[in-house]
Amino acid sequence: MRLLDFFRRPPPSAQVAKERLRIIVAQERSARGGPDYLPLLRRELLEVIRKYVNVDPDAVHINLDRAAGQEVLELSVALPER
Amino acid sequence: MAEIIVVTSGKGGVGKTTTSASIACGLARRGKRVAVIDFDIGLRNLDLIMGCERRVVYDFVNVIHGECTLKQALIRDKRLDSLYVLAASQTRDKDALTADGVQRVLQELTDDGFDFILCDSPAGIEKGAHLAMYFADRAIVVVNPEVSSVRDSDRILGLLASKTKRAENGHGGVREHLLLTRYSPRRVATGEMMSVADVKEILGLDVVGVIPESADVLTASNAGMPVILNEQSIVARAYEDAVGRLLGETIPLRYIEEPKKGFFARLFGG
Repeated sequence: MRLLDFFRRPPPSAQVAKERLRIIVAQERSARGGPDYLPLLRRELLEVIRKYVNVDPDAVHINLDRAAGQEVLELSVALPER
Repeated sequence: MAEIIVVTSGKGGVGKTTTSASIACGLARRGKRVAVIDFDIGLRNLDLIMGCERRVVYDFVNVIHGECTLKQALIRDKRLDSLYVLAASQTRDKDALTADGVQRVLQELTDDGFDFILCDSPAGIEKGAHLAMYFADRAIVVVNPEVSSVRDSDRILGLLASKTKRAENGHGGVREHLLLTRYSPRRVATGEMMSVADVKEILGLDVVGVIPESADVLTASNAGMPVILNEQSIVARAYEDAVGRLLGETIPLRYIEEPKKGFFARLFGG
């Protein structure tokens, strides 16, 4: 048992910190500068979609891209497998 | 033309004031004319770290409100004669600062021939922090290798990129530098602390300095002597390197690896 524990040691805490930060920082950066209504828009869209399809809250992605002077609101919904 | 540098972090207690005081001393020791301004209205502390707390007569808010001249409020350092401190008000609140007033003070310092103006930002992202960064040309972002400090500093980077005069005018934005403090090479080696490379990768900034964790920082603040002036300390040498890098010198990072113990030291646990 002890020997198995030795081989299955958890990753060092600094590595865990780095991974967590990488994800949250990327997420917060993508929301930065975007309009304040995006989170609410996402939530309401999710509610509408859920009336028809049972999707996971994480299955809706909203992205706002600025390119060549115009803004593109991109929405993607991953539908559950049948 | 004075260069305005904000020392900022988002999170409190990471070493902004310690860094402001030491960088200001380091620049002044190299012959630059330096003014260091405490933007933490209501919670002033730069005066204590600089050791001039008993010589504060007028403060930053007094100057902004025209209750005294800038010359009357600037406190000349007793050790370095090209270094001046402008203390924060201890009695007013942060609303006593106005963008117009801050700009006037910075302009007067520039006209007066100062080479560098260091703005010691308060923690947080409210008015004091906003005004400390608003007119900056460069930013030293002070970070501890720890999750909340890294996340908060990324938030500050977002503000530097949007809520500053340079960002608004499109003049290439504020030049940002990362300064890691309380760094423990031993804990990095054992995987308990994020490394310089880790933090650099997450934030995507160039590293202007890595300051090792040391008891010398507390000793220095106890005495009111900026730690860079303690010639015996590796913290002083690390800050001195950071000053050189700020001035454009290429200096390799020191004190980021645990010193290798010799055979006898290991044998006897030295």
